[in-house]
This record gives sequence, C-alpha cells and structure tokens, in this order.
Amino acid sequence: MTDKYDAIVVGAGHNGLVCSALLAKAGKNVLVLEANDQVGGAAVTREFAAGYSASACAHLLYQLQPEVRKELKLAPKLATEDMTTIALAEDGPHLRITGDQVEGVSDDDAEQYRRFRKRMTRFADLLRTYFNKPPPRLGTKNFKDLLTLAQLGFDIRRLGKEEMQEFLRLIGMNIHDEVTERFDSPLLKGAISLDAVLGTHLGPRSPNTIMTYLYRQAGDHGRASVPHGGMGAISDELAHAARSAGATIRTNMPVKRIVVDNGRVTGVETEGGETFSSYTVISNADPKRTIMDLVGAKHIETGFGRRIHHLRARGNAAKLHLALDGLPSIKGLDKKDFGQRIVIAGDEHYVERAFNPAKYGEFSPHPVIEMTFPSFRDESLAPTGKHVMSAVVQYAPYGLKDGWDDAAKEAFKQVVITTIAKYAPDIEQRITASELLTPADIESEFHITGGHWHHAELTLDQFLFVRPVNGAAQYALPIDGLFLCGAGAHPGGGVSGAAGRNAARTILRREKAA
Amino acid sequence: MKHEPVHQGRLKSPFHSRLESLDTVNEWHQWKGYSSADQLYCSDTEYFAIRNATGVFDLTPMTKYRITGPDALDYLNRLVTRDMAKVRPGRVAYAVWCDDNGQVIDDGTIFHLREGEYRLCSQERHFAWLKAATLGFDVTITHETEDVAALAVQGPTSYSVLSKMNLEGLEELKPFGLMHFDFEGSELMISRTGFTGDLGYELWIDPDKAEALWDALFEAGELHGIRAIGTTALNMARIEAGYLAAYEEFLPADETIRTGVSRSPLELGLDWLVDFKKPNFNGRRALAEEKRNGSAWRLVKLDIEGNKEAHHSYIFSNAKARGGQIGFVTSAVWSPVCKQNIALGTVNTPHGKPGDTVWVEIYYQREMHWNRKMAKATVVDKPFWFPPRRGATPPGPY
Repeated sequence: MTDKYDAIVVGAGHNGLVCSALLAKAGKNVLVLEANDQVGGAAVTREFAAGYSASACAHLLYQLQPEVRKELKLAPKLATEDMTTIALAEDGPHLRITGDQVEGVSDDDAEQYRRFRKRMTRFADLLRTYFNKPPPRLGTKNFKDLLTLAQLGFDIRRLGKEEMQEFLRLIGMNIHDEVTERFDSPLLKGAISLDAVLGTHLGPRSPNTIMTYLYRQAGDHGRASVPHGGMGAISDELAHAARSAGATIRTNMPVKRIVVDNGRVTGVETEGGETFSSYTVISNADPKRTIMDLVGAKHIETGFGRRIHHLRARGNAAKLHLALDGLPSIKGLDKKDFGQRIVIAGDEHYVERAFNPAKYGEFSPHPVIEMTFPSFRDESLAPTGKHVMSAVVQYAPYGLKDGWDDAAKEAFKQVVITTIAKYAPDIEQRITASELLTPADIESEFHITGGHWHHAELTLDQFLFVRPVNGAAQYALPIDGLFLCGAGAHPGGGVSGAAGRNAARTILRREKAA
Repeated sequence: MKHEPVHQGRLKSPFHSRLESLDTVNEWHQWKGYSSADQLYCSDTEYFAIRNATGVFDLTPMTKYRITGPDALDYLNRLVTRDMAKVRPGRVAYAVWCDDNGQVIDDGTIFHLREGEYRLCSQERHFAWLKAATLGFDVTITHETEDVAALAVQGPTSYSVLSKMNLEGLEELKPFGLMHFDFEGSELMISRTGFTGDLGYELWIDPDKAEALWDALFEAGELHGIRAIGTTALNMARIEAGYLAAYEEFLPADETIRTGVSRSPLELGLDWLVDFKKPNFNGRRALAEEKRNGSAWRLVKLDIEGNKEAHHSYIFSNAKARGGQIGFVTSAVWSPVCKQNIALGTVNTPHGKPGDTVWVEIYYQREMHWNRKMAKATVVDKPFWFPPRRGATPPGPY
C-alpha cells in the first residue's frame, strides 16, 4: 500500500504535533506516524500502577510558547498555576520562591534575588524572541540570515552598555560562580543551581549553566504549571488541533526507515512493512536516530555524519513515580504545600557533588530531586484519597558503568526514597507501587537516543546557529525534503512547541520561495 | 604489555641500502617520515632516464591504505567523486576525494586488488578522514604504508626491462591494469600506472623482498639504461604530464585555515572524475551547486614564450597587467623533451579557456641582478607529454 501525502511527520511528540497541526492548517495533507500507542512522545500521561497515572517524562509546563498557544488556539486546563518552589531544609525553615519573591532568607538575599530575577528575565526575553524563529546561519550571504544576525546584535546592544556586557559575560558562565557571588543562603544557591542543570548532563560548575538557566525562563519566566490530566492533556489537545485541521495521526506505527532516493526523501517505511510516500518528511525523532538509524549514514556526507555522530546526548535525569496510599508528612510543610514544586538541593555544593559520580558512570548517592504531587489538585490521577508523586531525579547517567539492570534500578530507587525520607520519614510506608524510568528506559520506551530531555545536550557548541550541528541549523537536513522538528533542533527541549512551529514555518516559507 | 620501540628520526625505506650505494650527492628530503632522495647524482640525467630509458623511483613512502569488507565498494563510492562500480578487479582508478563542501582533500589511485579488496594510495596521510567515513559502513581500513615496498619503473624501456624478469602475461597488462606475479615465493603486484605520463609500471612487494627485487630489476635493466631517480626528476616529468601535486596545485582542504584557498575538482580540471549520476558522495551537493553557479577558479596548462621558468609567477590577462592579476603559476619547468617553457597555474574564471592568451610575470636573476619579463603564454588543453607508447598494449620493445 502506498499513500501519497504532502508531508509525513515521524513521531507524534508534542513538537511533531505542533508542526503537523500548523502544516495541516496551511492546507497540507499531513500524515503523522507514532511508534507508541499514545501520542505525545515524552509529554504523555501514563498509568504506571492500577489506578495511578503520572506524566511519564516532562511533568511541569513552563515554556509553552504564547505563539503556539495562539496559533493553535490552545487553552489547556491547568490543575496548578504559578507554582511556588519550596526548597527543603533538613532542619530549620524551608525556602519558598514565588516569582521574584523569596521567603526564608535574609533581606539582602531577598533583594539580591529580586535584582537577579529582573536581569535574568530581561535576558530570557531576549533569547525567547530568537527561540521563535529559525536561527540565522553564520558565514552566508543570505539576506534573511544577515538581517536576523544584525537584529540579534542590535537587540543585545539595546540592552544598554552595562547590561550588554553582563549578558555577554554571563552567557558562557557557570551558575555556581553567579550564585556564590550573589547569595548567602545555601538553600537558595542550591535551588537556583538545580534549576540550571535539570535535564542536562551538567553540574552547576559546568560552563554555560547560566544559559541553561535562562533557557528554562524563556517561556513563562520560569513560572511552572501542571495541566489537568497530566502532560498528556497538552498532547491530546495538540493532537485534536492537528486532527481538526485535517491531519491523519496513526499510533502503533513505528517507522523503520526514511526512504531516500537519489539524494531526496520519497517517503517512509514502517516496521510493519507499509510504505507511505511524500517528498517532505519531518522527523520529530532526535537527530542521531533520524540520521544514523532512520536515514542511514550512507545517504549523508562524511563530515555531516561525523558531526551528528559526535553530538552529545547522554541523559542524566531519571523519573520516579510513586503510588501513595496517602500524602506523606514533611516537617514544616502544610497540606496545601503539596500542590507546589518541592526540591531537594541542599546547597550549591550538594548539587555539584551529586553530579560528580555521574561523570564516572555512577549514580548519585545523594541525588537532587524535583518533586510534585500532581494528584493533590487533580483527582483523575489517583483513586480517591490516594496520591501520586512524580519526581525528576538527578543524576542517573545514561551510560551507567555496569548498565541499568534490575538490581541497579532497585538500588537507585532505594537511594532516592532514602533521600526523600530524610524530609518525609513516613514516605516508605505510604508507597504501594512505584516506577523508575532511567535514561536507558526513556531511550527504549520513548525512542530518544541517550534518553536526553533535549535530544542533544544544551551547550553553547550545540546551540542556536549550530543546533544540532553546523549544516542543519535551520530544520532542513542535507537531504532534499528532510526536516527536523524536535528538541534536537533549535531551540531545544521542554514542552514549548517552538521547534515544531519553527520547522513548520520554515517548510511553508521554502515552499513559497520555490 | 610489550611495546614496539618508537623509531627515532627519519625512516629508511626497504630500498634505502640500494639507493644509498648509488647516491653520490647526499641530497635527501623528508617525505611523510621517510628519507627520500632529491637526486642521486644529477637530476637532469635522471630526468632523461625517465624519458629515454627507464627511471626507478622509490615510492614506498606513498601513503597506502587497504580497504576491505562487505561494504568496501559502497564506502569508496561515497568517498570519491567517480563511480567505483565501473572499476573491476584487476583495475586501477585515478580518483579524487572531497569534504562536504566539495573541496579536494587529495587525489590518488585506488587499486581493485581482488573482488572487494582495495588499496588507496595518496601523497598525504588521511586515516582520520577515511576512518570517519566508515560510519555506517561494514568496512575495515588498514594503514599499510610500511608493510608494502613499492617502486615506480617508468620510461620507454620499462617494459623491455620487466619482460626479462619472467613475468608471464605482463605484455597483456593494459594502462590502469594490475596483475599478480610470484617473486621468490612472495606476491609481486605490478600495475601499469605512474606519475610520468609515459609507458611505466609500479611494483609492489613485501618489504623483506625489496632488496632482492631491486637487484633483479637492475640486473634485467642493465642493457636498457635503467637508473635510479629522485624527486626532482620525477617532478619535471609529472609537470610535463600535467599531473597535479598536493601542496602545489591544491591544498588538502582539511589542512586549510582560510576560506577560498582550497579547490574543487571542477576547479582542477577534474570534471570528468565527478559522476553526478551517483546518488551520494562527499561534496555532491556543493559540487552540483558549483556546477550550476560556475566555479571561481580554473586550472590551466601554460605554454610560455621564452626559456625563463615561470616559478610562482602572477598571471595577467594582458601585457600591461591592467585589471590586476588573474591567478598564479603553481608549478613550472623548462621541458627538455618538449623544448617548451611550461607551467601549471590557477586562474580566476572566466579567464583561462583553452586557446586563451595570458601573460605571466617572470622574475629571474642574472648575476645577482633581478630582471622582470612579461611573457606571453597560451592556455593548452592537452598534456605537454603524451606519447602513443603510453597506451600501446602490448608495449613495444625499446
């Protein structure tokens, strides 16, 4: 069977859905093929134990771009909005951060934090503008590229002399230096460090962790929310938007290969042996999987293949889901606080020490943790009176030295529970079921090479003009008709929809120009 | 763990003892770690051995890679610009390979030794690039420069010399063909290839048999004017043949720092080696674009008036040098056999079409004093030296 489409999107991750919805809205006959049985990729809600569901990978929404919301008329129902971050202290009062206000620190620190947020917000807004357009290429004479470059230079200059210098100084710097320079409170330093390194294979002393911090703010200024029904609700809404616009979405259709004939794509072949034809194929898969597995290194040139091969994409964030027969008790927290974002990141050294073993292929004996109890505000996720805890846990390196076998997973799970138990001593008695997803699990279950949130590490050498690599930074891969639309493309991961939207716009613009 | 001792200083080729015994001038240079002779007694005499008798050049330092494995053909077809499927076992192909931007990394010869087994030879080393290119291919690259001793045996009497060495069937060996023979229990591979543009062969053997092969060769050649030669003589011959040399006519693209200083195959007159019918090869997209938009440079063969060699000369479109220079000479020599003042050069398009007249600015020294001359030059199409015997099979006796 051979069907002919205007465009085929490989993978119904949230970016694939955004891209297909926008293409379908523009009148294209779009087919989306998803390997798993539900749409959303890593933005899905899954039942992990009978009656208990959680957002399988991404569990907080903080970057969904206003442009995407507007163009696709999204109005997600939110269970929790504008969450407060509570950084747990082993003894003494916890720290509470809401917007640019922080409680539980000295007046000096509170004032410093306000100033820090003001500057970061300004820089994040600058970056956000460029997240919503294809990055300009360097070294070309293309007028549009030169214009965007000039605009970027102008926008940085327009920050004013002092702020421009600060921007250029900070963008490549590590978050550790910045927080130790500004703040006294260890908890505050730890909480900001955690925000900078979540989802990366970076510690707070790694270069460009200020950039990764800014990246998180480049949406809703870092304000986190939780959709009602979990992250899958966003994907379902996107899928609905795509279907209403005329796109066909088929699940349980893993793509085996992207067919290339004489230097251009002609369609895809599924594992089931079906072929679908199109001269435009858009991959929501990560760049490595797209090129090395789906296209095949033979169809690309050596230099490009080498760059893709050397992309750094080794995930380090695990996901732990607990089914609880009731809320645990955390000293110093009220019941209503369980609707907030709770982090364990003792101080700035705690975060860096957690990262240390990961460099050598070992998991953290004292991990950093970002916890939410989504069932607290959303009864659809757990039986009445019962609860779900969803946590991002670092560091759990993809390339664990001895591999992620059951024993290693069990050991790490125990480490995480023990860590939480320091603050919530009764947590262990409350657990009725659990699920740990290591980066290796995320790779096999969600088809993301290395199990990395961003498909490719978010570092300056894989950012903006050179994301994922030089020669593919504007969504088009060096095979005619083949595009990327996922987190591996500019600007990167997180449930933002920016990559999917930019890819769709690029494809439509190219078509117009041709 | 046992470690091989690290060799200190320059390597000596397996033929070194024989070269050394013939050497009278002690002029050596370094070629990829090996001592290689500029000349052994007199480069002019050595040159005339190539053109009138037989010159023997030690090409052991030539970089050699063995390429094997089920995907060897697909691998090579992606690597080089020409269609390797047409190169059958027992054949040799001159080839050029490019980076993704269609800029030449190097040229060389690819020997299809046996079904699916290849040897790639080039002046420069390329292991990093060749290895990077294996991604996605089931292929093995082995660096075998030191494992194979090689001699170029070039000149009109070269066939007569070799025919005395009991090499059955050699008379049937066509240009760009290769054959395997037995030499004292070792395999001797002979290819009808070379860098002189004349009748000639290249001999490839186990280094342990190198000296014995040399001795047998020189014994067979005694009455045919056989002589060992150095690089200076060989370079004169290769310019006459119009062959390119890395670092002369082009820089290996992976060694360049500035943009615009490397060259594409189209800019080196190698259009005939670029097969756009192949669906994918390194540089294809860039070269297709260059073909559409036109190249910036053109390689030219120049026949220059007078007898002053035009080394490193600027090239102009007119005698008054109006409009600035359009290019420069990359290799120049007075050709004794052609009685012509010849050069290879690179010029900006649209200049340098065959038949065009250009002017080269020659500086030459006479008794310390420098003189300048604007010499008229004609762009020629064919190699300066291309004798019919080069293609004749069987080759005639001389």
